[in-house]
Amino acid sequence: MSAEQIIFLIVALVTLVAAFSVVTSRNLIHAALWLILTLFGVAIFYVLLDAGFFAVIQVIIYIGAIAILFIFAAMLTRRVMQDTGPQTNRNWWLGALIALFLFAGIALMLVNWQGFNTSAPELANSGGRISQLGLALVSPDQYVLPFELASILLVAAMIGAIFVAGEKKS
Amino acid sequence: MIPLSWYLIFAAILFCIGLYGVLVRKSAIAILMGIELMLNSVNINLISFWRYRSPDGIAGQAFAIIVFAVAAAEVAVGLALIISIYRRRNSVVADDMNLLKW
Repeated sequence: MSAEQIIFLIVALVTLVAAFSVVTSRNLIHAALWLILTLFGVAIFYVLLDAGFFAVIQVIIYIGAIAILFIFAAMLTRRVMQDTGPQTNRNWWLGALIALFLFAGIALMLVNWQGFNTSAPELANSGGRISQLGLALVSPDQYVLPFELASILLVAAMIGAIFVAGEKKS
Repeated sequence: MIPLSWYLIFAAILFCIGLYGVLVRKSAIAILMGIELMLNSVNINLISFWRYRSPDGIAGQAFAIIVFAVAAAEVAVGLALIISIYRRRNSVVADDMNLLKW
């Protein structure tokens, strides 16, 4: 077992335990902190997959913006944060069953796929990948349309969030 | 060298944990956290397929960037809605949001 595999197993274990704590912990602030740990684990996976750029934007966008937004929202709705009752609804066993069946289905489908155990091919140009990605995002015959759509979506989401959450002055 | 299967199994487990969170949590904020877990597992799948199947192409990375942007927009609008609902009805429990139910 190589060093990479040992790192993978440790990070995967920590990430899965953290993710399970996100969905089971009673206090929403604790759940948000576990979510940060999960997102860090995913960032380490991006590094293992030779996508360092994605690890950086994972830390900046997910941990720096989204997790902080979750903590803000949990604090702004504080009265229910320390809810003493159960945090799951009546049909939690049905939800667990559906999740288990979905996992069994995905695993069955993956095991029957012949490309399942392939190992990674060598990366050709390790230096110019980020510039290649940046050029692809703005070149008209590749991904400029999704890129511009994403920017319009972000502007619309920002305006919508300000409008919905802002105090209405009558 | 890590085989592709490890990443796929890990992403499947993470997706199922997120799905469990979406289905069973009462608080709407916790439901959004489950959605974030699911989006992250999808991103791991996209990046690992890019790395193992077509490392010369760019499509996997471009898809992952769009997923990042959509996740950021989704969580901003979702939390704004939750705060607005909390202001009117003093609750973030998803079962209490039944104005449209009949």
